[in-house]
Amino acid sequence: MLEDKKQTFLANFVAKTADKDSSLAKQEALKALENLEFPTTREEYWKYTRVGKITNANYSQSPSFNVSDISRYLVEGLEAYIVVFVNGFFSEELSDISKAKGITICPIAKARKEYVDQFEQYFGGLSKHESQFFSAVNTVYNTNGVYLNIQKNSLVDKPIHMINLTDAENAAYNPRNLFVVEENAEVTIINSYETVSGSSFTNSTTEIYVKEGANVDSYILQNQSETSNQVNEIDVVQKANSTYTANTVTLNGGLVRNNYNIEVKGQGCETNLYGLYLTSGNQHIDNHTIVDHIEPNCESNEVYIGVMDDASTAVFNGKVFVRSEAQKTNAYQQNKNMLLTDNASAYSKPELEIYADDVKCSHGSTTGQVDEEAIFYLQTRGVSEVSARKMMIRAFANEILDNIKIDALRDILESKIDERFS
Amino acid sequence: MLSIKNLSASVDGTEILKGLNLEVNAGEVHAIMGPNGSGKSTLASVVAGKDDYEVLGEITLNGKDILELAPEERAAEGVFLAFQYPVEIPGVSNVNFLKTAVNDIRAYKGLPPMVAKDFLKMLKEKQALVELDKKLSSRSVNEGFSGGEKKRNEIFQMAMLNPKLAILDETDSGLDIDALRIVANGVNKLKSLDNATIVITHYQRLLDYIIPDFVHVLYDGKIIKSGTKELALELEEKGYDWLIKPEMAQ
Ligand SMILES: Nc1ncnc2c1ncn2[C@@H]1O[C@H](COP(=O)(O)OP(=O)(O)OP(=O)(O)O)[C@@H](O)[C@H]1O
Ligand SMILES: [Mg+2]
Repeated sequence: MLEDKKQTFLANFVAKTADKDSSLAKQEALKALENLEFPTTREEYWKYTRVGKITNANYSQSPSFNVSDISRYLVEGLEAYIVVFVNGFFSEELSDISKAKGITICPIAKARKEYVDQFEQYFGGLSKHESQFFSAVNTVYNTNGVYLNIQKNSLVDKPIHMINLTDAENAAYNPRNLFVVEENAEVTIINSYETVSGSSFTNSTTEIYVKEGANVDSYILQNQSETSNQVNEIDVVQKANSTYTANTVTLNGGLVRNNYNIEVKGQGCETNLYGLYLTSGNQHIDNHTIVDHIEPNCESNEVYIGVMDDASTAVFNGKVFVRSEAQKTNAYQQNKNMLLTDNASAYSKPELEIYADDVKCSHGSTTGQVDEEAIFYLQTRGVSEVSARKMMIRAFANEILDNIKIDALRDILESKIDERFS
Repeated sequence: MLSIKNLSASVDGTEILKGLNLEVNAGEVHAIMGPNGSGKSTLASVVAGKDDYEVLGEITLNGKDILELAPEERAAEGVFLAFQYPVEIPGVSNVNFLKTAVNDIRAYKGLPPMVAKDFLKMLKEKQALVELDKKLSSRSVNEGFSGGEKKRNEIFQMAMLNPKLAILDETDSGLDIDALRIVANGVNKLKSLDNATIVITHYQRLLDYIIPDFVHVLYDGKIIKSGTKELALELEEKGYDWLIKPEMAQ
């Protein structure tokens, strides 16, 4: 019975797998899928998130799309390389990657044929396709996504913005990204997910190799319709003296699950994970992160902040491992939730597992409500209640927005947040 | 200007204000004194519009019933409360929130937002008036301010908003001698024939600087005695017992 459901679900993707992939990872994932089942709340990793919404749906098989104008999905005022996918398919007409210097950037389907050696070396090296159902599905059925290689010592002149759009009813797609950032290269990557119309399931997997001395500043913006669901796995390996920063901003969506897995495999690394989620309605936003400190002298900072309205739910589970070799690790982890109603809920579990003795680690979690005394105080100065609440929420969210280094991006996020609470 | 008639306020069935009457005219300074827990701050909160209380009776400002107005509407009508315990608001900058406050009040009155240049000019002027460190006004509201700095910030905000009726709730507590003089000076400079001030205090010290026209004693939710500035001196000397005892004997 369950096996039937699994086959029915997987059948949604078969027709869309456009290219031939004979990679080892795919073989591993196919094999794993024979035994892997849908995640259930009986597993610790999925304890607070039921995936029935995703696995019970029927997805349409129509790959066509009608998007012709993407201006409203660009970051206004930001010069960037643009890569556009619609319903999981690369759109050459809507993309603009022509003048990219020091970088190789192409749809992953093309990379599979043109960069065979690199592909074999990196594809599937980090993804959890042997243990995680959705990762396995992505590894077998991935439709498209981006292969990115930043050459040694290249400082990429503009951010690379990948725009994932859907405009179909019940669209389901498996974007697969592979980023290789070579020694001492620097790059800023924005990945945005938006709904043009309809509803969708996005099952995204991204592998990122951050080599010695490289610096990756990445942004994920999730702003899909309330009837759209997303599972998003990001697997990162960092080599010595590298910096990896992720800002994950979830503004909208139905069920959203983000899985970050960061292996810090070199000394002198810096890892920053920042997250902001604003939930409303019956939304369910789940952020799971793992930072694994394997080598000494590294630093990780993690701050996730959520503002929850209506009957929405947020889950945060952050694990930091400090292995016995990883002396002098500095790890900080914090989750803060602001509940705007009594019906909103937050499940928060920051965890530290430390096997080294000479480390500085701290973690914490707070869940509270808007400070009504402060609202009254602001009102007595003439500030309307709506503005006062907006000010308080913005002040709370600013801790994350302050980390956004791209001004144009920060501006649009600020105005989107203000709009939301007006 | 302010007329309070038979005001009572309760929380969860416990009456805190018990039929209070007070008339304050434009141009006047009233001092309210009284033992701890007698209801002074509650009176201030109820006038400012805090909705934790069940309120009966009447409060009018220049003839307008303000009991049904939201706190921000009362502020726009000219009510200002300097808090006994100013609230710390991390992440909200003093200047930015004052800009919003000034412009929200202007909008209420049908006026366009203030031009940035004029706002800055006013900011500088008022900072100078209460000798507030520039650094403080750009920081988050009251966050990490010392006790005295918070009180000075209250008077700075009052100066920015130029209210008709200012209620200063123990603004003198926590101020050093110099700060007390500066704050009192600020209040006196802002005084005019069209506005009124209510100072809530425990000490004559403040009233040496801000000279009241009337002094009231609030006890157990009611004003049990009113007089002129001499009453404050008498209280300083004799305490409240002589007023309370006969009251209790009733
Ligand atoms: N929201 C509330 N809930 C419960 N009790 C309250 C509330 N507000 C005030 N009270 C009570 O009402 C009484 C009067 O308090 P209030 O703060 O008005 O006194 P006060 O005269 O300002 O005292 P002080 O001189 O100490 O500042 C106190 O007993 C106080 O505990
Ligand atoms: Mg008081």
